[in-house]
Amino acid sequence: MNRTIVRLAARAILGGKRVWLLGVLGVLLVGIGVGTRLLVPGSPSASLDALRTIAFGTFLPLFGLIVGTGVIGPEIDDGSIVHLLSKPVSRHTIVQSKLVVALLAIVGFAVLPMVLAAAIIGAGAQTALAFGVGGLCAGAVYCVLFLLLAVITRHAVIIGLVYALVWESLVGSVIPGARNVSVQQWALSVTGSIAPHGVVDAHVGLGLAWVLIVVVVALGTWYAGTRLRVLVLASED
Amino acid sequence: MSTPEAQGPGVIHDIGYRGYTGPRLERRAITLGLFTHTLRGVYGLGRAGRSKVVPFGMVAVMMLPAIVLAAVAIVTASPETTSPPLPYTRFAMVTQGAIAIFLAVAAPQAVSLDLRFHTLPLYLSRPLERSDYVRAKLGALSAAVFLLIAVPLLVIYLGNLAAGLDPGKQTVDFLEALVGVALFALVLSSVALLIASFTGRRGFGIAAIITVLTLTYAVVSALQGFVTSGGHDKTTAGWIGLFSPMTLVDGVQVWAFGAESSTPAGPPGDAAGAVFLVVTMLVIAACYALLARRYKKVKV
Repeated sequence: MNRTIVRLAARAILGGKRVWLLGVLGVLLVGIGVGTRLLVPGSPSASLDALRTIAFGTFLPLFGLIVGTGVIGPEIDDGSIVHLLSKPVSRHTIVQSKLVVALLAIVGFAVLPMVLAAAIIGAGAQTALAFGVGGLCAGAVYCVLFLLLAVITRHAVIIGLVYALVWESLVGSVIPGARNVSVQQWALSVTGSIAPHGVVDAHVGLGLAWVLIVVVVALGTWYAGTRLRVLVLASED
Repeated sequence: MSTPEAQGPGVIHDIGYRGYTGPRLERRAITLGLFTHTLRGVYGLGRAGRSKVVPFGMVAVMMLPAIVLAAVAIVTASPETTSPPLPYTRFAMVTQGAIAIFLAVAAPQAVSLDLRFHTLPLYLSRPLERSDYVRAKLGALSAAVFLLIAVPLLVIYLGNLAAGLDPGKQTVDFLEALVGVALFALVLSSVALLIASFTGRRGFGIAAIITVLTLTYAVVSALQGFVTSGGHDKTTAGWIGLFSPMTLVDGVQVWAFGAESSTPAGPPGDAAGAVFLVVTMLVIAACYALLARRYKKVKV
């Protein structure tokens, strides 16, 4: 971890107007909580289902994509990453510092609003906590995956989009066998284990889910650092 | 830009080059040229091979279900079947993921690079107005999206005709769906282009467009499903459809053509349908006005 890199990365994704854009997304999530409560009062379980579908199915993958690629992608894109790479700082440290910023952004603008929305809907403290932990797991995995993708290819956003939209939204929720390799299902498994019985259905074993989450985060972080060591700055197409 | 000649009294020397005496193309021709150039560029034609991957990948993703649907219609054809496997008007909603990705890549490609590399001054040094630029770009993007959806629809239509379904009814349905497709193309393109015009960075543009197109749809459809199943309130669910570009245009189709709704609830009643149409028109007009305003401010 390097504080200067953390500061610069934070400025890159939160500086200026961008913090408002992320803020709007966070407010939208809270708004869903308020909206479902107002539209159909007195049915927290259905509201929670709607929140879960939106938050885990679409919101977290997209948010992870935005911040995960956002902390490093633009820098690689315009070539200013060379200034960072030419400093005597380990590439692994660079990746870890940037990941911390991405994770903080996800916690601040996605996970906390999600917990708040769950609380507004009327879920108990235990369920809200479960959503928080599950969201944190999903957010961490997405950050690592999309940052790694941004280091590997300049078309990270597009590839990440196809993954987030097609794989997570469609395949992960439709084809049973694919659930084992869906980040969303791992996170839901974690959520389901903390929440009271029957609130969230899990399709992946809890142990497997934790192992996969930890392994993907650790391996992804390490590999992103390794790839950053051999980064080739290609020209604009 | 200042050159030494601009400061003092400049002299143009005649050094013997032959002048151009042929016809000089005017605004309209330049706009048309920009339109064609953008349309080709959106599909990656005339660009590097890797720029063609996403557009033609999405074309493949759109064509595949169309071919399957046409084949299914032909294989399962029997005198009793009177309706195609999938109504034409629902095709765009079913394949909207591919449309969203196509737009997210196409819109920044159409405008962001011009902003980033400051190419606009070069365009505007010709007899081309700023509004022409906006119209050419918007027209090209809409045409690209229209083609993306309309060609697979044509395949389905031909498949249904080959399957021996009533040609009159199929043609009417197909033409109605094409009107819907035109609306989809206009609404989605103007929204996407407006977003893309605010950033010179492609990555941001892509993320922002996808977020607006997909997230709003996910939120709207989840809320609609929740309201209809949890509260059995179809009226509220119908109105919620106003808040996402996809469900908005789908609502217009449901109202105008009596199409089957792709969402849990279409617009509640005729008045609501008219509101959907008005809002659709307002969205297009507002995006165009904002685009025109945006390009008034771009420095030359």
